[in-house]
Amino acid sequence: MRIRGGGTKDFYGNAPRGELLETRGHAGIVAYEPTELVVTARCGTLLSDLHEVLFKQGQFLPFEPPSFGSGATLGGCVAAGLSGPRRASAGSVRDFILGAKIIDGKGDLLSFGGQVMKNVAGYDISRLLTGSLGTLGLITEVSLKVLPRPSAELTLKLELPQGKALESLNRWAGQPLPISGSAWSDGELALRLSGAGSALELAAQKLGGEKLGAGDAATFWAGIREQTDPFFAGDAPLWRLSLPSHAAQVELPGAQLIEWGGALRWLRSHADPAPVRAAVAGLGGHATLFRAADKPAGAFAPLPPVLARLHRKLKSAFDPAGILNAGRLYPEF
Amino acid sequence: MGSAVPEIDFQRQKDVAQALRAFLPERSVLWQQEDTRPYECDGLTAYRRLPMVVALPETEEQVQRVLKTCSSMGIPVVPRGAGTGLSGGALPPGDGVLLSLAKFMRVVRVDPLARIAVVQPGVRNAAISDVAAPFGLYYAPDPSSQIACSIGGNVAENSGGVHCLKYGLTVHNVLRVRGYTIEGEAVDFGSEALDAPGYDLLALAIGSEGLLAVTTEVTVKLLPEPETARVIMASFDDVQKAGDAVAAVIAAGIIPAGLEMMDRPATRAVEQFVHAGYDVDAAAILLCESDGSAAEVDEEIAKMKQVLEGAGATRLTVSRDEAERLRFWSGRKAAFPAVGRISPDYYCMDGTIPKKCLGEVLNFIGAMEKKYGLRCPNVFHAGDGNLHPLILFDANDAEQLKRTEQFAAEVLEKCVAVGGTITGEHGVGVEKIDQMCVQFGAAELGIFHAVKRAYDPQGLLNPGKAVPALSRCAEFGRRHVHAAAQPHAGLPRF
Repeated sequence: MRIRGGGTKDFYGNAPRGELLETRGHAGIVAYEPTELVVTARCGTLLSDLHEVLFKQGQFLPFEPPSFGSGATLGGCVAAGLSGPRRASAGSVRDFILGAKIIDGKGDLLSFGGQVMKNVAGYDISRLLTGSLGTLGLITEVSLKVLPRPSAELTLKLELPQGKALESLNRWAGQPLPISGSAWSDGELALRLSGAGSALELAAQKLGGEKLGAGDAATFWAGIREQTDPFFAGDAPLWRLSLPSHAAQVELPGAQLIEWGGALRWLRSHADPAPVRAAVAGLGGHATLFRAADKPAGAFAPLPPVLARLHRKLKSAFDPAGILNAGRLYPEF
Repeated sequence: MGSAVPEIDFQRQKDVAQALRAFLPERSVLWQQEDTRPYECDGLTAYRRLPMVVALPETEEQVQRVLKTCSSMGIPVVPRGAGTGLSGGALPPGDGVLLSLAKFMRVVRVDPLARIAVVQPGVRNAAISDVAAPFGLYYAPDPSSQIACSIGGNVAENSGGVHCLKYGLTVHNVLRVRGYTIEGEAVDFGSEALDAPGYDLLALAIGSEGLLAVTTEVTVKLLPEPETARVIMASFDDVQKAGDAVAAVIAAGIIPAGLEMMDRPATRAVEQFVHAGYDVDAAAILLCESDGSAAEVDEEIAKMKQVLEGAGATRLTVSRDEAERLRFWSGRKAAFPAVGRISPDYYCMDGTIPKKCLGEVLNFIGAMEKKYGLRCPNVFHAGDGNLHPLILFDANDAEQLKRTEQFAAEVLEKCVAVGGTITGEHGVGVEKIDQMCVQFGAAELGIFHAVKRAYDPQGLLNPGKAVPALSRCAEFGRRHVHAAAQPHAGLPRF
């Protein structure tokens, strides 16, 4: 079976196969109490609906997930495990997941974690499910930690060459500065600051650069998050390079856009997969072929043998017959 | 609870000690009672058992050989860090090897530009912040035992602390865990990048209570020290009002750097011990901290004061300087030892509940105090709903000990009933293993066992901890009839 929410991330991972199982119908917010900082919703809930409900209470999903289309669902968001520009400062999807209900490959309805902020009873299966691309179970319901929206935001643009931008981003991250987003491409670095108004003005003076208007800033960050920014236009394969933030400049042919203070680098390149993966591994990271017409070398970097064995065993613990999203993460399961 | 009477198979002990001595020096293999006695328990002293053999390797290669030797001989292995755990996670095996990582005390590397520290598992939590301090950095999770507990144990338990509402738990602050499976295979979970390909095995390893792999190296994130921090101490004449004040702070859009509550029995115990300056007449006090730039902190403190006053605080004191701020926190951090001074023994619980249920659960605890005739002060990580009720008892009185256990079990089950959990940050260990049967059904426990088998097919690593056998739950269910539906309906009951 292939499990599908809104289908906005069908491009992600290896090609889906099997009978289509749609989850959009299982929608709705089950519980939301703003003072508990927890929301519980069913998998088919539209991300846009969830954002709206949280917005009304002055709260948000701090990991700023990309939607890649209006039909994006909460289940898909958790299964893909992708986070947006705020990830380096606020954390990722897995950092905010508190609990999940799933149907495993045997058809058992299981419940892990819960609706409270701290919970170490049993293995942390909810986080294991995050980013597992539906290979361990159909996520039916999720509880997430939410936070108050920052009271103010401000975006700066600075002219900086790549090497200098990487060095500065790492240096700034070691100082108490309210940086909540960064995006560098083509000699221009955008920095988003979030927090108390007084703190932002002080930080902006320290960092320099030009302030962007609020409307332009919102459009710019949405373009980075949703990959509608001009950098992402065109047909060249898009690689997602996950690296230590302080890793040196990646010397590969093609254009790059750098996010997460240096820890996420997007590469538009026709280069062969093997040298891309080797270059990134050499810098302590891993390369995912994010968008491409086809992915004969696989979407994800191959695993070392011991980890590959653990993956196969975990897969068979949840889905012994191998019927859920087979091949979506790795071809062998 | 366990007995200290040795029940060691001496032939087996000799065989194992000899096998380990083939590659470990004499001082690193302990088997005589006077040497193994210090390892008979961890921070949960009510459970004690003499280990058959204690191994104290000094290198990763030695750890690997201990594991290979034990797995080939079918010998259980229990890893141990600083031994401060509160759930008996490091209770030794009477028929196996206690693997102490105490000699792994080296800070391998601090990289201020990358904002990481690579440390061995025996490095103390507080020592990481000490080595990072010259760079204006620190390690955020700060369990109250931070001067003694080690990072390897923090990884095993997913430890929190008083600042985790804003800065997260161990799982949010560790980038990479290096270790060995029971079969002695090297594994690296996570990396210095923010994610790794495939399943999030790093998240699975953290909080796994030493059941999946033995940690030999940890890479932690370091954060820039905030420019400044101040804390408000707010008094309330009613515990429920204090609970409502917590919700009011969050409803105002504030995430305090720390948000802690103590009830009067707790503040009184603490005040005698550390003189933190607490209001001992208040029914409960809240400690509410703000950190950031000076301007930000001023703005937030003003806002928090307003909210706390609106919520009925009878007295507000804002720390005037760093010394006073640390003094206010010293009381909270010394709560457990302070309680230890007013009672021969205390039993610390660790339930987490939805914050709105605080009043209900505290009333329930009050009723249990009467039912069991035992006192129970409360300290509470109020911001994240994590309760630490401390039952006062005398362990020399077997009957009191029994009452204490029943008291604790009822409170943990109440936590589950209101939608919470039996353990927020101390782990299940041996202590809460029966309550796991209340929290999870047979199908979930089945998955936990399958996960365990994926890493440790023979079940040799820290056996009998964290996840109960289904047969144990069936037995527990027989002893313990609930008003609610049976959690293991599918299991045969004879």
